Amino acid sequence: MPVTRFPSKSTSVSERVAGFMAHLRYNGMSVGVAETEATLEALSIINPTDPEEVKLAIKSVCANDVDHFERFDELFQAYWFNSNRERERQIQTNEKPHQKNRWTNRSLLEHKMYSSGSGSRDLPDSGDGETEQSGDGRLIASKAFNKNKADLREFMKPEDLAEAGRIAERIAKTIRDRRSRRRKLALKGALLDLRKIARKSVSTGGEPIHLFKRQKPNRPVHLVALLDVSGSMTVYARVFLSFLKGLVGADSRTDAYLFHTQLVRISDALNDNDALRAVNRLSMMAQGFGGGTKIGSNLARFNTQYAAHTVNGRTVVIILSDGYDTDPPSVLAENLKRLKKRGAKIIWLNPLKGWKDYEPVAKGMAAALPHLDYFAAATTLNDLAALEPQLETL
Amino acid sequence: MTWTELKSSLGDQGYIASDQLAMALHLAMHLGRPLLLEGAAGVGKTQIAKTLAEIENTNLIRLQCYEGLDAAASIYEWNYQRQLLAIRAAGGEESSDTVEDKIFSDKYLLRRPLLEAISQETPPVLLIDEIDRADEEFEAFLLEILSDFQVSIPELGTIRAVSKPRVVLTANGARDLSDALRRRCVYSFVDYPDRATELAILSKRQPALNARLAEQIVGFIQALRKEELEKKPGVAEMLDFAAAIAGLGINDLAKDPQIVQASLVCVLKTQADQAAIPREVSERLIGKAA
Repeated sequence: MPVTRFPSKSTSVSERVAGFMAHLRYNGMSVGVAETEATLEALSIINPTDPEEVKLAIKSVCANDVDHFERFDELFQAYWFNSNRERERQIQTNEKPHQKNRWTNRSLLEHKMYSSGSGSRDLPDSGDGETEQSGDGRLIASKAFNKNKADLREFMKPEDLAEAGRIAERIAKTIRDRRSRRRKLALKGALLDLRKIARKSVSTGGEPIHLFKRQKPNRPVHLVALLDVSGSMTVYARVFLSFLKGLVGADSRTDAYLFHTQLVRISDALNDNDALRAVNRLSMMAQGFGGGTKIGSNLARFNTQYAAHTVNGRTVVIILSDGYDTDPPSVLAENLKRLKKRGAKIIWLNPLKGWKDYEPVAKGMAAALPHLDYFAAATTLNDLAALEPQLETL
Repeated sequence: MTWTELKSSLGDQGYIASDQLAMALHLAMHLGRPLLLEGAAGVGKTQIAKTLAEIENTNLIRLQCYEGLDAAASIYEWNYQRQLLAIRAAGGEESSDTVEDKIFSDKYLLRRPLLEAISQETPPVLLIDEIDRADEEFEAFLLEILSDFQVSIPELGTIRAVSKPRVVLTANGARDLSDALRRRCVYSFVDYPDRATELAILSKRQPALNARLAEQIVGFIQALRKEELEKKPGVAEMLDFAAAIAGLGINDLAKDPQIVQASLVCVLKTQADQAAIPREVSERLIGKAA
C-alpha cells in the first residue's frame, strides 16, 4: 500500500486533512476538494478528538463504494498512526484504563505533540516495482502500475481475473447498446404518435383523449463468444474464461462456447453466481480435453448446430484463439464465410498478436483474415480494455 | 442531536444500527447531503428511512425505481385529460388566454414523488429505493434535483424547495452507479449484522421470545449465511422465521427438526437453495448453533 508521510510539521487541521485526502488519492480513491470540504465540515459537527468517531465520519464522506469502504480502515490507520506505531504499542500494554485520555492525546488536533521524533515509518519498498518518490517524502510501491502491461499468462490472481471480467462487461455493454433510427409506437417516449392519436380520436368524437407516443426501439446486439482452450492456449484459459464470464454476465442472451477438438456450450455454466467457482470449474473442464485444436471443424459444428438460433444480422461473434489449427486452413475459411453470410460481425482476438514482430503466419490465421471484421491483440489487460472504442464503431 | 443520541433513538424505534450507519446518517442530516446505502437485500436499508421518518415525525415519500422510470412518473405530469375537459367546458366563452392560464395552473398538475418531496412544509424523508434499477438518464436528472432542490416546469416557472427533504437512496448493485452520484452522497455499506446485533434486533421485534430460542434462531441463521446459497437470508427473513417458529409453538429448534425443516420456506427463497439445505444439513447447523 502506498503510504503518504504524515505532515508532522504542519499546524492546522485542514492541512492534515488535505494530506490525508492526498493519501487517499494515491491509493486510488477519487476524492477531491469537495470531499475535503465536506470532511472538515463533518469534523465540526462531531467530536474531533475521538479517533474512532473521526474515522467513521471521514469514511462516510469519502469512501463511496464497497471496495473503498472495506479498505478505508487500513488507509486511515496508515496515515494517522503511521509515525507512532511503537509508542502506541507500549501505551497499550500499560495504560489500558486511561484509554480515553490516550486517544485524546493522539488526537487529530493535537497530533503535533508526537512530532518531535523524526521516526516516521513508511512501508519499505518492495524492490520489484517502479518506485516513485517526490520531495514530500512519500513512497509508492507500485506493483499496481505495471499490472496492466504484464502478459496475461502471468495472471492467476483472483483480482486480475475479476478485472478481466469487468473489462468484458464494459465491452459487452458497448457492443450491445444500439438504437434504431426509426421511431415506433411505444408506451413512453419523447414524441407523440400523431397518426395513431388521430385515428383513435375518432372513437371519442374527435377529441384526442388518449395520447400515444413514439420512441426509438432498442435493437440490442447479441454476443457469441468462442474460446479456444487447446494446449497452446491453456496459459490464457483462466483469464479468458473470466472475460467470457463477464460477457455472459452483462447480458443473459450472450452465448459462450469452448472448443479444442470438440465444441462445448458453456453459457449456462458461466451463469453461476460465484465467479471464481465458475472459472475454476470451467478451467478444469477445459483442461480435461486439452490436446490439439480443430478450429475449422468446430466452427462447422457451430454453424450447423447453433448458428441458426443464435447468429443473425445483429450478432457479433468473438473468437478467442491463437489460430494454430490442425484442420486444413480451407475448412476454417469456408466456415467463416458461411458464418459471415448470416450477417454477423466477426472479431478475432489473438493473444499472440501482442508479441513483438508477430505475423499471422499460422496458415489458419492467414486463411481467416479476409473474413474478419476486426482482428486484434489480446495479450494484456490493456489490450482487452483498448478494444472498447474499436468495437463501438463496428 | 449527536450521533450516539441518534443511534439510541433509532434503537428506541426498533432499529439497531451499526456505529458506521448511525454516523453516516448523522452526517447526512447535518451536511444536508443524501445518504446512499448499499448492501445485500434484506439488511434493512429501506427500513432505516422509515425509522428516520418516525423519529423526525414527518412524512415518508417513497420513489420506487424501475427500468424505464422517467421524469413524468417521478417529478410531475400535466393532467392532460382534465385539461382537455376544461377546454371543452369553457366552450369558447372565455378568452383563450384565460383558458390557457387556467389549465396550466397548479390544479392541473399531477405531483409525483420528487416534486411532492420538495414542496412540503416540514422536511419529509424522501426514500429513493433501488436507484440502480433506474436508467442512467434518470440518475442524471436526479443529480440536478439533489444538488439544487428545485424543479423547473416550463409553463409554471421554477419551483424551489419549501424545505430540504432528507434523502435516502438505496442500491443493491444491479448496476454500477455513476461516480457523480456517489460523490454527492454520504455513503455507507450495510452488511449482515453480527450475532450480538442480530440478537438485539430479534429481541426488539419479538420481545416475547425466550432467550435460549432466540439465540438458537440467530445462531442458525448466521450459520446458514456461511453456507453456499444463491440468496442469503436477510434480517427480514430471520424475523419471519422467528415469527413462524414462535407461531408454531416450538421451544427448542433441536427437538423438532421436521417442523424446522418445513418452516425453512420463510428463509430459503429459491429451489436450488432449498435443495442445498436438506434435513441433515439443517440439523447439523442447529446443533452447532445451540
